[in-house]
Amino acid sequence: MNMIKKSPWILHYDGSSCNGCDIEVLACLTPLYDVERFGIINTGNPKHADILLITVSVNEQNIPVVKQLYDQMPNPKAVVAVGICAATGGIFKECYNVMGGIDKVIPVDVYVPGCAARPESIIEGVVKALGVLESKRKANEE
Amino acid sequence: MNTVLFVIIKILIIVIAAPIVGGLLSGVDRKLSAKMQRRKGPPILQPFYDVIKLFQKETTTVNNFTRFYVAISLFFTIFTVVLFCLGMDLLLCVFSFTLACMFFVIAGYSSYSPFSFIGTERELIQIMCYEPMILIAAFGYYEAAGTFSIGGVFGLSSPVILKLPLIFIGLTYILTIKLRKSPFDLSMSHHGHQEIVKGITTELTGSSLAMVEITHWYETIFSLGFVYIFFAYNTTASKIIAAVICLVVYFLEILIDNTFARVKWQSALKYSWIITLITGALNLLYFNFFH
Ligand code: SF4
Repeated sequence: MNMIKKSPWILHYDGSSCNGCDIEVLACLTPLYDVERFGIINTGNPKHADILLITVSVNEQNIPVVKQLYDQMPNPKAVVAVGICAATGGIFKECYNVMGGIDKVIPVDVYVPGCAARPESIIEGVVKALGVLESKRKANEE
Repeated sequence: MNTVLFVIIKILIIVIAAPIVGGLLSGVDRKLSAKMQRRKGPPILQPFYDVIKLFQKETTTVNNFTRFYVAISLFFTIFTVVLFCLGMDLLLCVFSFTLACMFFVIAGYSSYSPFSFIGTERELIQIMCYEPMILIAAFGYYEAAGTFSIGGVFGLSSPVILKLPLIFIGLTYILTIKLRKSPFDLSMSHHGHQEIVKGITTELTGSSLAMVEITHWYETIFSLGFVYIFFAYNTTASKIIAAVICLVVYFLEILIDNTFARVKWQSALKYSWIITLITGALNLLYFNFFH
């Protein structure tokens, strides 16, 4: 029986963005959207997390941070890039210190579109990531 | 021969049933907490999903001993619950329970992480907070029931609570610490609450973390068992009433969890010792002079 789908714990990381997407991620925790009804918990600890939810574009400063968070998560794990910033760099793309999307540094499994991404689509992105986690777990077992 | 077999079967039932009940209580806790916050909340079986998932995940360890100590802590907690449910010596239960807590502390110290260290120090402070009250409750129980044997309650003609009302209040106060509820969830916390990453469990992953969770289920049973022996005596009705009161106490703990903010460790220590001193000492003094 595979339980990872029923209890995905999330680590939320924010680096260089306008914080619009972060507020939407936090909105998911409010009584209106209540992600905990899917067993989703927002942990602050990479070692307990299954899904890394990133709402930033990477810049020169936070590359090691993102890498370390990713490395500290135990397998199987998935990465969800929330918002246009996390996908390509968005409106910050031209900045002198911005590298671009998260996939420049770590492998991304799901991209959630939107500027800002809506809570509904963030939740859908997480649900998509559950499918990815499932296939990764199977691949690990084989 | 038959009695030996009977005891073994009994022990097996306790070892299996206790975490199931504890896990269900924890699920009800999350559901009720969600309802109190006007959320829908996770399914009742969510704690079991979490633990099974943790077993399916990779277990990374900073130090191999950490996992060993966590396992030993689980073992002694199970041992305590078995002793308790078999109606053995209360004092022995308290001591083996303390041993389990100590191994958990050692597990926290064995993972070289500053976050884990802070959590562990707070865990030690929590143990300091509740240990005097648990010991006083055990001695009070001896004075009231005339024996340390837990099975002895079923031979009494009146419940222990009538002789130890204040000690019972003090005990429910420190149960908040043992059940890891706000305002005393300093060293590690449940649900979405958190501070200093995840305190003592920061470095634990996969099966180690799952074992901590299961240990907590057993601890819940032991804590509520303590409430139970205050109300049960030799009638059947009293046993049912005692079980209901256990549930009421658990509900109150959830209510407190959702209505109080976390306190500093200084306040936790101060309040729990003041309450222990007032309730414990007064009750024991009163009891010794007037009975
Ligand atoms: S995608 Fe838009 S809303 Fe989200 S962080 Fe970037 S700029 Fe802000």
